[in-house]
Amino acid sequence: MNHITLDQYCNRDSFIHRLDARTTFLFTLLFIFTVVSSPPGSWLAFVFYFTVISILILVSKLPIGYVLKRSMVIVPFVVVIAIFVPFLREGEIIFSFEIWMIRANITYEGVLVLETVLIKAWLSILSIVWLTSVTKVTSLLRALRRLHFPGVLVMIISFMYRYLFVIVDETLRMKQARDCRSLGGNRLRQLRSIGSIIGTLFVRSYERSERVYYAMVSRRFDGEARMQDSLVLKKVDIVFGVCLFGLIITVALCNIWILRW
Amino acid sequence: MVRDMAAEVVVKAERLSFAYPDGREVLKDISLIIERGETVALIGPNGAGKSTFLLHLNGILHSNGFLEVLGKTLSEKNLKWIRARVGLVFQNPDDQLFSPTVFDDVAFGPINMGYSRIQVEEAVQKALESVGMRGFEERAPHHLSLGEKKRVAIATVLSMNPEILAFDEPTSNLDPRSRWSLISLFRALPATKIIATHDLEMVRALCQRAVVIYEGRIVADGHTSIILEDRSLLKTTGLAPDEE
Repeated sequence: MNHITLDQYCNRDSFIHRLDARTTFLFTLLFIFTVVSSPPGSWLAFVFYFTVISILILVSKLPIGYVLKRSMVIVPFVVVIAIFVPFLREGEIIFSFEIWMIRANITYEGVLVLETVLIKAWLSILSIVWLTSVTKVTSLLRALRRLHFPGVLVMIISFMYRYLFVIVDETLRMKQARDCRSLGGNRLRQLRSIGSIIGTLFVRSYERSERVYYAMVSRRFDGEARMQDSLVLKKVDIVFGVCLFGLIITVALCNIWILRW
Repeated sequence: MVRDMAAEVVVKAERLSFAYPDGREVLKDISLIIERGETVALIGPNGAGKSTFLLHLNGILHSNGFLEVLGKTLSEKNLKWIRARVGLVFQNPDDQLFSPTVFDDVAFGPINMGYSRIQVEEAVQKALESVGMRGFEERAPHHLSLGEKKRVAIATVLSMNPEILAFDEPTSNLDPRSRWSLISLFRALPATKIIATHDLEMVRALCQRAVVIYEGRIVADGHTSIILEDRSLLKTTGLAPDEE
């Protein structure tokens, strides 16, 4: 049926695409960690991180428009969570207005936090978009297993990846079947039919999980997640890894040092 | 049936009964003997108990009654040994293929059996070769056609090199060409085969022996040509239309 792809640019060829999944994964993890832990208002560091991730995206030959579009997904979430921070933070008031007798103050510190959170979230999501566009999900799973991630966790992600498409197809089929029979009707009835689709989907997935488990057990599954992979760390992985890791950690340290003085 | 006394019995079931937790009885007093090298069809309408019987063969479902596979009683102790020798192919390949790539799926059994890296690699190649799916290792199962999925599903058990192969409705939903190519694939497989189906055309083409299961009981067991000629039997068991 319809084939949505999560990793549509993973088959492009660039030196980044040839890197081992462990390298790209660990790099992304470190990148997000340093970005998230940098103090509010470290603009210089943010510019640097942005430059790094932009260069990586360019080198990987990813379409810029696609990356930007994908990265915008995060913005609504951040806004919903952080929109009230400028009102709640104590500090220097830069703007103040009154709604229904309630005084609202926007503080400089609050705006600073909001900006920082937005930038951090966006930089992090850029790196995730980059990671998922240069590393196949399947290689990523093998990398996780090799990095001693808990087997159950890796299996859950692997099942999610495998059955996402099956469930989407199933949902579309049910929706079609419903559309064939529903002749308009009011909102409430439509909502009810959506509810029953979700319920049916849940029951079917539950039953499927049982059959999948049977299929696993009959092939000698005993609770231990084993995988065989052909991941090889090449010289380029080590060079890339060491250089970028070093660079990012140096910048993070400098950033803290500058802000402290 | 007249039996060749020298032939080795690979499956021996005696008075096997099974009821689901809700009390529904699916198998009643099943007694059956299958010999090495046979291709046996289990035929019967939907819900007759064919799949439930197959699930007993490698101990996924337990019941009272006696079941012996390859000379060993089915018990907790022998479970691993038996599971490595009975390959069960489920009806829906989306249940059988649960890994993100074809390779991972075909390698699943061999890895669990403790094969070395090279042995796993070889087993996968050999299994994919014999179902004509070489070169599909890195493909994702959801990008395969149904016929291809069914072939890979068979490869996932072939890679464990089983002595008994059990198939649940292998030809369901296939178009005629994929169906016939699957049937000729079955012919080439040397293992003892037990095929649960209601595809009588395939039974005629493939199986020497047919066992009719109806409402959880074995109602007939014999040579395929004799069973399939018995119109009244087929009518009462829902395998042929009532009016002709």
